[in-house]
Amino acid sequence: MWSLIKTIWNVFLHSFHKRVTIQYPEEKPYMAPRSRARIILSRDPDGGERCVACYLCAIACPVDCIALQATEDKDERRYPEFFRINFSRCIFCGYCEEACPTYAIQLTPDFEMAEYNRQNLVYEKEDLLIDGPGKYPGYNYWRVAGARIAGKDKGEAENEAPPVDLRGLMP
Amino acid sequence: MVPDFEGAMTSPYPIAAIAGILIMVLSLAALLIWVERRLLALWQDRYGPNRVGPFGLLQVVADMIKIFAKEDWLPPFADKAVFIIAPAIIMVTVLLSFAVVPFSPGIIVVDLNIALLFFLGMSSLGVYSIVLAGWASDSKYSLLGGLRAAAQMISYEVFMSLSLMGVVLLAGSFRLSAIVEAQKRLWFIVPQFLGFVLFLIAGVAEARRSPFDLPEAEAELVAGFHSEYSGMKFGMFFVGEYLGVILISSMITVLFFGGWLGPWLPPIVWFLIKMFAFICFFILLRASLPRLRFDQLMSWGWKVMLPLALLNLIVTGAVVVAWR
Amino acid sequence: MGTIYVDGKPYEADAKQNLLHACLSLGFDLPYFCWHAALGSVGACRQCAVKEFKDEKDTKGKLVMACMTPAKEETRISIHDPEAVAFRAAIVEGMMLNHPHDCPVCDVGGECHLQDMTVMTGHDYRRTRFEKRTFRNQYLGPFLYHEMNRCIQCYRCVRFYREYAGGNDLNAFGIKNTVYFGRSEDGVLENEFAGNLVEICPTGVFTDKTLRRHYTRKWDLRMAPAICGHCGAGCNITIGERYGLLRRVLTRFNSEVNGYFLCDRGRYGYEFVNSEYRIRAARLDGQPIPADGAAQKLKSLVSGGKAIGIGSPRASLEANFALRTLVGKDRFFAGVADDQWQVITAMVRILQTGPARSASLHDIELSDAVLILGEDVTNSSPRMALNLRQAVRQQPFEIAGKLHIPLWMDDAVREAVQGVKGPLFIAAPGPTRLDDVATKTYRAAPEDVARLGFAVAHEVDPAAPEVLDLPSELRDLVRIIAGALKSAKRPVVISGPSCRTESVIQCAANVAKALCDTGRPAALGFIAPECNSFGLALIEARPLSEAFQVAEDGDSETLIILENDLYRRIPHEFVDGFLGAVKHVIVLDHLSNDTTARAELLLPAGTFAESDGTLISSEGRAQRFFPVFAQQTDVRESWRWLGDPTWSTLDDLLAALAQALPQLAPAVKAAPSSKFRMAGAKIPREPHRYSGLTSITANISVVEPKPPDDPDSALAFSMEGTPDQPPGALQPFFWSPGWNSIQAVNKFQNEIGDEIRGGDPGVRLFESLQSGAYFTTIPAAFARREAEWLVVPIEHIFGSEELSLRAPAVAELAPAPYLAVNAGDAASLHMEEPGGEVEIDLGSIKHRLPLKIVRELPGGIAGIPAGLTPARGAELPAWCRISKAP
Repeated sequence: MWSLIKTIWNVFLHSFHKRVTIQYPEEKPYMAPRSRARIILSRDPDGGERCVACYLCAIACPVDCIALQATEDKDERRYPEFFRINFSRCIFCGYCEEACPTYAIQLTPDFEMAEYNRQNLVYEKEDLLIDGPGKYPGYNYWRVAGARIAGKDKGEAENEAPPVDLRGLMP
Repeated sequence: MVPDFEGAMTSPYPIAAIAGILIMVLSLAALLIWVERRLLALWQDRYGPNRVGPFGLLQVVADMIKIFAKEDWLPPFADKAVFIIAPAIIMVTVLLSFAVVPFSPGIIVVDLNIALLFFLGMSSLGVYSIVLAGWASDSKYSLLGGLRAAAQMISYEVFMSLSLMGVVLLAGSFRLSAIVEAQKRLWFIVPQFLGFVLFLIAGVAEARRSPFDLPEAEAELVAGFHSEYSGMKFGMFFVGEYLGVILISSMITVLFFGGWLGPWLPPIVWFLIKMFAFICFFILLRASLPRLRFDQLMSWGWKVMLPLALLNLIVTGAVVVAWR
Repeated sequence: MGTIYVDGKPYEADAKQNLLHACLSLGFDLPYFCWHAALGSVGACRQCAVKEFKDEKDTKGKLVMACMTPAKEETRISIHDPEAVAFRAAIVEGMMLNHPHDCPVCDVGGECHLQDMTVMTGHDYRRTRFEKRTFRNQYLGPFLYHEMNRCIQCYRCVRFYREYAGGNDLNAFGIKNTVYFGRSEDGVLENEFAGNLVEICPTGVFTDKTLRRHYTRKWDLRMAPAICGHCGAGCNITIGERYGLLRRVLTRFNSEVNGYFLCDRGRYGYEFVNSEYRIRAARLDGQPIPADGAAQKLKSLVSGGKAIGIGSPRASLEANFALRTLVGKDRFFAGVADDQWQVITAMVRILQTGPARSASLHDIELSDAVLILGEDVTNSSPRMALNLRQAVRQQPFEIAGKLHIPLWMDDAVREAVQGVKGPLFIAAPGPTRLDDVATKTYRAAPEDVARLGFAVAHEVDPAAPEVLDLPSELRDLVRIIAGALKSAKRPVVISGPSCRTESVIQCAANVAKALCDTGRPAALGFIAPECNSFGLALIEARPLSEAFQVAEDGDSETLIILENDLYRRIPHEFVDGFLGAVKHVIVLDHLSNDTTARAELLLPAGTFAESDGTLISSEGRAQRFFPVFAQQTDVRESWRWLGDPTWSTLDDLLAALAQALPQLAPAVKAAPSSKFRMAGAKIPREPHRYSGLTSITANISVVEPKPPDDPDSALAFSMEGTPDQPPGALQPFFWSPGWNSIQAVNKFQNEIGDEIRGGDPGVRLFESLQSGAYFTTIPAAFARREAEWLVVPIEHIFGSEELSLRAPAVAELAPAPYLAVNAGDAASLHMEEPGGEVEIDLGSIKHRLPLKIVRELPGGIAGIPAGLTPARGAELPAWCRISKAP
């Protein structure tokens, strides 16, 4: 009983505390670099698209707001033929970023993307793709992955031995 | 006892009194939406609604426009007639209770000799609204909410009336104006402190306010009895709850804090100040206390509050007899 | 059955099987790689280790490989024993040492057996810091993409390819840590079943190259149960769609039909559905018109009452029946050349009333003596050929049986058998792809093939008509064949329409009757040339030539041609005359072709991926296929265009069909009706993890559309529904928690490798009546002519079938037109060297064709590829003049 009264009193004392609310939009809040808002697609340090169209972001998305189609360029690099995010459905949970094996999809602190027309919240690849590597400057998936692309032969990825010479006679 | 509608203070202009009190009470209830949100925000170190109009005061208007414009959805599985009537019941019973509240001399609809009994009766009827809403919604959450409301009402109604009997003994009347007059020398809060505490607790429970808001416990029952309600029907429950808060605050003011009595200022101002203080206290309770568990609520009511109320009655009765 | 104890609890298990088979049948999750229900055990991967205990008191136990240990009565094992768990985890960790970090760009990612097993064993962290071994990939043709880095050396691919499918150009090379699975050099994989490596490979070494061009993960595919339409075998398939494109075909297990495998034509022929030649809008005189207007026009053209309809052996029963009802049963004609129609109706008649039961593909697999008359099965009904390859193993199994080697112990059985093959005899005009497993082959003209058959029948049962003046060297062959068939327990006779000769069919019936009459349970395996040839025959269509007569008599104003390119069927001058004799030509089809070009009113018909329908397979099995596309454009199912307006759903049509044609009434039960529900809901076509729902159409409108309705089936175009197992005929895909790959089919069978729980899909229409007399018309022996050759069609798995030829990957492997003769005949044409061109008079036109010398062809016989110009539309076999091109 006493603790209840004490609680009521303590809450009452909050009448004289400073308010923590930030008066957006007059006052702009500080957004941590890892805060989760507008989604972008980044490029690897060589300037190529990082996204390999593996569909993992799409399946991780709890509101199913990501749709894409994989295709391959002449270098045998996979990339999304189209990549669409319906931001009118997006809940900015960041699962897509977590699922992404190539650091391609990233959430940025830019949350000011309200629209009067919902249709304007449908972003296509050209709206999503940025020119830099985003939060992960050094990573290049193709240098790690075992798949061959033009300019990176078998055995040239990280921790890879040169291709086996099948016609060699050494045991 | 025979009802006596011709009490000394009954307003000579009943229509004007009814209209005045209705407008005052309803606008106060509407304003409470804003007051509650601002106060809760204050106690949580926030601002609350502060964008619509000065200090966000027009938030009420915005909310009203919104709630009127909302789709008034009748669930296809609901018992239609009861579903529609339920929210009206709470409004009617609470508003009827205000007929006997003496705001100040001359500002009262009817100065009934059994006003206190009338108030208790009306507040018990109010629970029908909740039970019927819960039943008519044909949804398990609503039904559970309705059941809880019924059980809670039965438990708290008993000692609520008992806790007031001390006041009646002291004042010697059920007439609210007489009870106020009887406090000219000493507010009943002093001799009836235990009764006050009991009535306060029962009042919060009767108004189904936190921490006694189990019928609509959003954590476990979605929104309890009004889960299926939308639009203005939901709005009526909403306003009904605030009206209940105003009513209980008014009754506390009348029964324990000398009603309109006070120096210098006009009587109605005193009344409103006292009433408003209790409204704020209600909101403070919501800001600070967590919801009770249902079995705790029940055993608290029957095992603690009821014996205390009986004790209070016996002691007061004994003192009154001895005094004579 | 016997009792085995798994982790202390008793279970019933088949004592003739191994423990892995038993555990999987009982529903336990036990990881494995090298074992496959169809391939048996070799114990190569060591992944299925369990603890086996001597008896109740034994607490120590020993690790054994479940796949190599018989599930004997009273066997006590533990799957969850810590030592076994640790062992399996260590094995999988070893397999993952060299597995590349490329799942995101791997086409089996998300349906990878290796992924599933790695998760199942709990290996989730790479501890090794050493370098990964890498390999170079090979070009393996248009069907398969090779990525050797991913290989875990389970040997399943070569076991399937070499031992099961009989290929010999895929092999294991290298030793120890560098074992490589591929060809000796880049090149197209020769075997017709190479596509199954996609499903056989537990990881992504062999992946579907056509899928790669429009890649979609399994979880994103909207899938539906379908029936392959590229031959008459009626293989069950799962088709997958995404964004309006048909993405791929997978095997849908049906123990009675195709089991775990498909042929490459069935797997890769699907791309015609996405073809740019698709007819997607109705056309009137070449101008696009709205669908409703087209339906009105159709109605007004037909209402005169003088319409005739040409059905199609590649359209569903429903479509044919709708046309038959529209024009009247006397004005409905088969869209097949008369000579072939004669053969088809003869086969159906024999199966309906005939001497022996029709053999399912499964029966063929289990038969221990085979006689093939007039067919190159691999090219005309490919999936059947794969089972014939297994049939030659049946008799030698007795050797293993005598040595008490259980049949699942694959390697030991093969060691014991030492390559001995059971009896399989092939009599055909040319060489066949099964010659390598044949006991004896006989290459002769169709008439001579028939004579051999009749003679075998007589040898088995003297009551059968005798073939007089049989050459003495043939008599020996006849005796050998008859002897082998007589001593077999389950002989089967295979024949088909490739020779376009009715007597070949009749002689096969005679052999089967002779065997049955002398007390041997022989089965008769006929090959239907197209997916619904038998259905069309059962629907009682009149021969095509009678349609010409009706048209010439001026008794018809309107001609409706259903999903049929008549120019493929009969010589083009006949078709031109026929189409010219009627006022209005209405054509329904899905791909533009020569016939659609002649249409006044052209209606876009749905392909198998856009339609509901029933097909009658060569076994006489009625099987239903379901659409994977919701109707969006003007493309409608043929039966919807033609159907009676009172039929609102497929059920109504089927009810009318059952009433009109009682012989087809059982076909209605091929699948549950559209009213069927599970837990009150339809069966979802989409996996529960189907992604992008709120984004797929967001570029058109951000408002998500309601999922399309499917009034005709119990399948829904959505992901909502119960996770329980639907009836086999409605199984849209195989998936089970923890089993994302096609191996999930284990979870849908009561006994691994046996029928789908609840029964295999399909209803058999033919059950033998054991009636009828011997056919007595024995053709005269073939006599070669001077300067003329009997030109026979040579079936090609890739190229001879109309629709698959429109799929780019299959078309890439289709042969260029040629004319084949044997070396002696080439010499008589003064063309000893290959590469020259010959001129052939076929019909009224002279064609120039490159000459191909095929050693095995008998003299006086020339072959041209079936279905390709100039055989397309020609009446074959035909005597033609062939000369060296000037």
